[in-house]
Amino acid sequence: MTRIFVPLVIIAMVMFAFAPLVVASAPLEQTMGLVQKIFYFHVPSAMLLFVSAFVCGIASAIFLFRRSAAADRVALAAGELVVLFGLIVLVTGPIWARKAWGVWWEWDARLTSSLLLWMIFVAYLMVRRFGGPGSEKLAGAMALFGMANVPFVYVSVNYWRTLHPKTSVVMTLAPGMRGPFWFSVAAFTILYLLLLTLRKRLEDRQAMVEQLYLAVEE
Amino acid sequence: MEYDFDRLVVDDVSRHFGRRRALTRVSLTCGAGTILGLLGPNGAGKSTLLAILSTLLAPTSGHVRYGTFDARSAGPGLRGRLGLLGHDLYLYPELTARENLEFFARLYGLVHPRERVDRALAHAGLADRADDAVSGFSRGMRQRLALERALLHGPRLLLLDEPFTGLDDASGHALVSRLRGLRDEGAIVIAATHDLDLAEGLLDEVAILREGRLLAVPRASGPLRERYRETLLAATPTAAAPSAREERAR
Amino acid sequence: MKQFLRVAWVVMRKDLTVEMRSREIVYTTVFFAASCVLVFAFALVREGRPLEDASAGILWIAIAFAGTLALGRTFERERHTETLRALMLAPSDRPAIYLGKLLGVLVLMAIVEAVLVPMIGLLFHAPVFARPLWLAALLAAGTLGFASVGTLFAAMLVRARSRDVLLPVLLYPITIPVIIAGVRGTAAIFQATPDEPMARFWTALLVFFDVVFVTLSLWTFEPLMTE
Repeated sequence: MTRIFVPLVIIAMVMFAFAPLVVASAPLEQTMGLVQKIFYFHVPSAMLLFVSAFVCGIASAIFLFRRSAAADRVALAAGELVVLFGLIVLVTGPIWARKAWGVWWEWDARLTSSLLLWMIFVAYLMVRRFGGPGSEKLAGAMALFGMANVPFVYVSVNYWRTLHPKTSVVMTLAPGMRGPFWFSVAAFTILYLLLLTLRKRLEDRQAMVEQLYLAVEE
Repeated sequence: MEYDFDRLVVDDVSRHFGRRRALTRVSLTCGAGTILGLLGPNGAGKSTLLAILSTLLAPTSGHVRYGTFDARSAGPGLRGRLGLLGHDLYLYPELTARENLEFFARLYGLVHPRERVDRALAHAGLADRADDAVSGFSRGMRQRLALERALLHGPRLLLLDEPFTGLDDASGHALVSRLRGLRDEGAIVIAATHDLDLAEGLLDEVAILREGRLLAVPRASGPLRERYRETLLAATPTAAAPSAREERAR
Repeated sequence: MKQFLRVAWVVMRKDLTVEMRSREIVYTTVFFAASCVLVFAFALVREGRPLEDASAGILWIAIAFAGTLALGRTFERERHTETLRALMLAPSDRPAIYLGKLLGVLVLMAIVEAVLVPMIGLLFHAPVFARPLWLAALLAAGTLGFASVGTLFAAMLVRARSRDVLLPVLLYPITIPVIIAGVRGTAAIFQATPDEPMARFWTALLVFFDVVFVTLSLWTFEPLMTE
């Protein structure tokens, strides 16, 4: 990861610099017009939200069962990114919803599931922060359970919704939109990897400092 | 009896909590039929060491070996050979003395729990209070009961954290002779204590901890109190530590 | 296996014996649940008529709140006397201790629900005896799901800071599928014509949840509780 880090940063910068052009070049959607373009931010963020939740869950499992401190650092980085990308999703979602359906919030299955997942990982961060010593393990269990919960959350929220008016969320991708869409996904994914690496490195340094403190007294 | 052992080896054990070093490179060995005293000022790491020896805590580095069994790889059965009497007595105040002991007997899967419990109650001198709730007991009574609870399953290694607290003179001496009896039966007894007078005639070996390190104990004979004070004043780390530092400097 | 179940049984019996001496948790939890119901009743009942489906929702909210309280109190007891350490010292598989504690909590919750259900039936005119078996199945599966995660987290929180507030903070997001399933299943039964296929669907989901999360809890109990 270290060797391709700098090239990736450059690629990401270039992609984000070009992004407005790419997004602007995408065809305008009939019903929603310009606001629909928020989709190019919203969906990649949602995808990475779920990916990060799984990364955090798996890293936590490795931490719990293999006692790997490095895995715990990855889990922390991934957990923070869940919250970050979740924020993007939960802000862009209502903006779009307002334009599309006229209300800021609809109990749409996907949006609600994302909200729930987001809250689970906010709780994850809270435990790490306020739980006192030894809270990494408890947070790890939380992340693992959160990850295991994803299918249940989705199913229950989906069927819970059937009693509400059905609203369609994902429109079919018109051909012209596919290019910009996957461009956004790629750009966001690179960004995600960069942030994850950076954050993990920060934690690694922190752990090194702790080790040095301990070694001093020997 | 599976998991039995005749030697306890603590090998270069360290434990830290975040930045705080609780134990630094402690090594000691103990054979069967020994009473080892863990002495040291408050905060020296005695309770931490006892927790590690009871497998409740894992060391951050180093090993603990019970005979041929390593603490980390041995299964739950190993715990059946260990007994711990902690600071907090691990008794349920709402239950009677008999119920407390019977619970632990059943938990440990002991055969003939009733007889064992009766014997334990007799040892503790609580046979007449057996059916009273523990919440009504004095500290000394609870201590005696807790000790019997720790001994119920006949452990090979008995770990005691401040066992003389709250005991009156008679009970203290009774405990001393009880521990001697256990030692004669081949148990390894490790007791952390501040009560140097009672420990005087009891201890076969002494380990003095300070700030997580094991200090060298002068072999000279003499009252325990004297040796203890001398050691703390001298406060040199054990011979092992300086060479370790030299090794790393190389 | 036999030893595992024996240890769980011994732990559960001990918990129930301790509780029966003072009955403190039982009384306070039942009363708390009843107060919850009343609070929600006043909030959600208008002109003497409750909102549709309110009874199902109120029942499960009361169970969730009361359950959290009971879990906290049960483990507070173990913390107070440090007896959790003594349990961890036993030469048995540690998940057996988790199972014993879970069973104790389930018995406690069953008592609470035995009071809550008639109360809901009375205050909200809910047809609690329309399909008693389905209702019992939903309650059993839902309570198990809630308690399985709750027992694990409460045990782990015994040594943490801010444990009182952290338990609900952790428990509620994870158990929301249980609440959804419980409420919708119960509402399906409370309808004028009970919707059995719906109830079956939600019960199945709950059972699935139980299997996954009890297994996960048994699996993670030991690594979580050892330092």
